Amino acid sequence: MLVHSIFFYFFSIIAIFSSLMVITSRSTINSVFFLILDFISVGCLFIMVGAEFLGMILLIVYVGAVAVLFLFVVMMLNVAEQKQSWFIGKKSTHIPTGLIVSVLILLELLVVVGGWKYKENVMSSSTLLLSKTSNTHQLGLVMYTDYILYFQLAGIVLLLAMIGAILLTFRERVGVKKQSYINQISRDPSNAVELFDVKSNKGVKIDD
Amino acid sequence: MIEIGLGHYLSLGAIIFFLGVIGIFLNRKNVIVILMSIELILLAVNINLISFSIFSGDIVGQIFTMLILTVAAAEAAIGLAIIVVYYRNRGSIRVEDIHGMKG
Repeated sequence: MLVHSIFFYFFSIIAIFSSLMVITSRSTINSVFFLILDFISVGCLFIMVGAEFLGMILLIVYVGAVAVLFLFVVMMLNVAEQKQSWFIGKKSTHIPTGLIVSVLILLELLVVVGGWKYKENVMSSSTLLLSKTSNTHQLGLVMYTDYILYFQLAGIVLLLAMIGAILLTFRERVGVKKQSYINQISRDPSNAVELFDVKSNKGVKIDD
Repeated sequence: MIEIGLGHYLSLGAIIFFLGVIGIFLNRKNVIVILMSIELILLAVNINLISFSIFSGDIVGQIFTMLILTVAAAEAAIGLAIIVVYYRNRGSIRVEDIHGMKG
């Protein structure tokens, strides 16, 4: 139990520090690196608390795909050298309001956590955790039976995101030679093949 | 303090949520950092769902966490595509330069 709490404080301090660095670091690319560190430490917390499959999914999906996508876009858009200018330039009027709102949100959440008594084993559900099987097995048992519609909906969301991203970033380029299926399949022998009567000792002039 | 309970995980989620919200408000750089703050907020929600799922012994919270992961990945892809298109058209994604809708 002591080891558990030591690891909890270790990972959570790293997570809080790195999320603080995400929003305050000077260049965008450092923010992406600290975002990756944040995902990794929270994934370790998930694995530690017993949700191994989601911890691994967090590492694979977030660190392997989403954060690398962020990194790719930051490097491609040449925004890494735009230095941060805190409160410089045009004075923004929404910063005090934003600070007040965020601090109030934190206070409310902490009050809810601190003043609320957690009562265990109050619910009787058909999806309780079984101690015999592994975490992935339990997830599969519930997700592919009771929640199959949500699973399909998640697939549709991913499909729509893929179509939307391709459609948004697609642009027609001029001067690029492409294969034209219509021209290929609409050829017929009358204009594709030409017959010549070749005289001897005379060549055939082919104009192309 | 030594015994790690549900409250510790919920407090961690609250702090990361707060940092995400404050990152949206205080941002003066570019829109990518706003997207990263949204990712932080979704991560805090995931922490809450998973800790409730573990400490109450019900697997459904983890299933909804997977759905949130899906939506977050889709949102990041679409948001980054919009940012790429915006940068191609305007040449800048600084927060001050984006005022086309006068909001």
